[in-house]
Amino acid sequence: MVESIRAYVLLSGIWVRSTMAYRTSFVIMTVSQFAITFVDFVALLVMFSRVDQLGGFSLSEIALLYGTSSLALGVADLALGNIEHLGRRVRDGSFDQMLIRPVPALVSMCADRFALRRVGRVGQGALVLGWALLNAPVDWTAARVVMTMAMVLSATLIFASIFVLGGAIQFWSSDSAEVANAFTYGGNFLTQYPMAIYPAELVRGVTFLIPVAFVNWYPTLYLLDRPDPFGFPSVLRFLSPAVAVLVVAVTGLVWRTGLRRYRSTGS
Amino acid sequence: MRTTGERQRLGPLAAIAGRSFQRYATYRTATFAGLFTNAMFGVFVAYTFIALWSQKPHLGGYDRTDAVTFVWIAQALIMPVATWGGGFQADFSERIRSGDIAIDLYRPTGFIPWWLAVDLGRASFHFLGRSVPTIMVGALLFDLRMPATAATWLLVVLAAYLAVVVSFGIRFLVSLTAFWLLDSQGVEQVATILGMFCSGMILPLVVFPGLAGDLLRGAPWAAFIQVPADIWLGKRTGFAVARGVAFQVGWAVLLLGASYVALRRAEHKVVVQGG
Amino acid sequence: MPLIEVDDVRREFRIRRKSGRLRRTVHTVAAVDGISFAIDAGEVVGYIGPNGAGKSTTIKMLTGILVPTAGTIRVAGLEPWRQRTTLARRMGVVFGQRTTLWWDLPLRDSFDLLRRIYRVPPDRYRANLDEFTETLGLAEFLDTPVRQLSLGQRMRGDIAASLLHDPEIVYLDEPTIGLDVVSKSALRAFLQRIHDERNITILLTTHDLTDIEQLSSRVMVIDHGRMVFDGRLAELRRIGGASRTLVVDLTEPRAPVRLAGATTVKVDGPRQWVTFPAESSAAPYVAALARDYPLADLAILEPSIEDVISRIYAEGIPPSP
Repeated sequence: MVESIRAYVLLSGIWVRSTMAYRTSFVIMTVSQFAITFVDFVALLVMFSRVDQLGGFSLSEIALLYGTSSLALGVADLALGNIEHLGRRVRDGSFDQMLIRPVPALVSMCADRFALRRVGRVGQGALVLGWALLNAPVDWTAARVVMTMAMVLSATLIFASIFVLGGAIQFWSSDSAEVANAFTYGGNFLTQYPMAIYPAELVRGVTFLIPVAFVNWYPTLYLLDRPDPFGFPSVLRFLSPAVAVLVVAVTGLVWRTGLRRYRSTGS
Repeated sequence: MRTTGERQRLGPLAAIAGRSFQRYATYRTATFAGLFTNAMFGVFVAYTFIALWSQKPHLGGYDRTDAVTFVWIAQALIMPVATWGGGFQADFSERIRSGDIAIDLYRPTGFIPWWLAVDLGRASFHFLGRSVPTIMVGALLFDLRMPATAATWLLVVLAAYLAVVVSFGIRFLVSLTAFWLLDSQGVEQVATILGMFCSGMILPLVVFPGLAGDLLRGAPWAAFIQVPADIWLGKRTGFAVARGVAFQVGWAVLLLGASYVALRRAEHKVVVQGG
Repeated sequence: MPLIEVDDVRREFRIRRKSGRLRRTVHTVAAVDGISFAIDAGEVVGYIGPNGAGKSTTIKMLTGILVPTAGTIRVAGLEPWRQRTTLARRMGVVFGQRTTLWWDLPLRDSFDLLRRIYRVPPDRYRANLDEFTETLGLAEFLDTPVRQLSLGQRMRGDIAASLLHDPEIVYLDEPTIGLDVVSKSALRAFLQRIHDERNITILLTTHDLTDIEQLSSRVMVIDHGRMVFDGRLAELRRIGGASRTLVVDLTEPRAPVRLAGATTVKVDGPRQWVTFPAESSAAPYVAALARDYPLADLAILEPSIEDVISRIYAEGIPPSP
């Protein structure tokens, strides 16, 4: 594990250095990343210039959801986003080059062409979350502080897993990059808003099937001490870390299976 | 009556558009994947709008059904109108960077008509292969307001094609900046953001309050989604429709005109400086 | 105990082909169809065959990229596909068709990155880098981004990169492809020297017999996934190519030259084609020609690998065990 992180840092480091060599371009791209991803929050602000609650939630409460989701996706995208190119690399044969190095394939894929500009999304997520933490009606206790940190960590792991899963399916179908993106960015958008606005079937789906509701919704219900609008058991509020671990484990399995399949069938 | 001269000119352009249509039709998996994305976002955004309109039932003169329909119209138009980018300019920018553009400048069909034909061919495929299925999915899942008469449908299609032309003008100008700027990324990014936001893709322009709303409704991006949607939803009727179409045509002419001027400057630069 | 053991290895690929409007049939193609061989530490082996014979597939299985469909492979006692990253530290790979270096980085930076990934001790790194820079002539383009290098320069960079971490085994997959005669020759000389100094095991695939002739005495011939020959090069010559050809350019047109033991088969102006037995050295014939005739230029034509193979089939020589 340590070896892998070391390899990741080394391999991504060269891209960071290369990016920084073109300082202006980097700044422009990072700022535009910030702006493009911030547009979603601007939309919320515009909405709240006309109303003062959505689905029973105030702006600062929604900002708590938005900030967590955005920050987590941003970090996951920064660290692992490049896995979406797996299909292309398999098709043009350049994936094999990564396999001759004493580095796990996943690390090679994610570190290659590391895009530091993605920190733009991280920045706006952190900003919104920071604002939310200061303004949301949370009765802060030690437990809630721990819960917030656990929430952000679990959210990052869940999104990271979705990214890797999206890459892994490209071992089976090398054109599916966009489908994978639908789940990551779709999952992000979905979780920017309180689940209260969605129909119960959808919320059930994102709780028990593709558990993105654990990214921010359930922990936030605990932070805000609000009853679950759908009447789901309150134990769900504490399950995010467990769900994250489960998702990571499943993802690891799928990745390894996909890699084995690629090496067994070739392309 | 068409003269032989005009027919000769339109012929190759139609062929170019047709080829472009065919080319995009071959990206089958990408089209399905993209449709999936459209549908997913259509569903999610629809519910956020339902929440918004349940707080303010007549926001911007829309009712809930209008709002939900707007979501699906926007999703349907994203690809053909290329609000996000995409379309001809990926090839175009690459040709500027590599210098191949010099060859294109001497084509007999005229530079701008060529690329416009390519883009319209692409857009036509996206209308058929993306927009129609998207609306169908939306109609299956939600209660949508459909255009009442055949005339309205025709006007919607007209407005949609005009939207593509206006979008083309903006994208063309943005791409041309590559002739002067070493790195046109910044301009492209700004154009993308403006396209996303000001077209109504994120929120219908009718929601924006006061001065901001007025400005947005006068900007070229309003031609992308808001105008076709207004016609579709019946928010523009009679003379208002003509005004909307005129708005689109006006911006199209302005932007294409600016494109010609910019192109002349670019050609001059290529000839004099060798690209 | 051999360093590399390959035992009855098969590698199948499923190819989907359209047969009509909507249907697709699936063919199974055996790229490697039951090959076996053993290579001892320190050997230099040439692996030769026509295009599509299965050479690259074999290399990919040896390096752990692909899993064999059947059979076993053991390299240094390890199964490559199971212990890929462990084995990766002890081997170097050069792909002729594409680089293993980082495209946008200066060559030097690629080397430095490899030093850190492979944890090469600083003194070994320095020693190797200095040696390779000198013998491969890298100094002039060490700071050039790899994408701006010519094919020959890039190949030299790739070879150096594959050796920086003192691997025990080096696999070279068509390293001379696309190179001019001078570069090929320099590359072969370098590999020879490296082998002599470090006793590295080298497996070199090529479809150019001249590569093998200069570097190794052992050659394996693969055709359509099957091992057709595994033995000494001289033996291959004897079986596969009954004769080699000297293309002689005299200073002026002349009557056909007469050389003991050789046959002049064609004359075209000042140029003459002279064949001689393949297992002989060309030297005495060249010497005789130079002594008795005014030579302007001279070249030696090898039989092509395709000719060799078809001869092997024609002669009915069974593959070596």
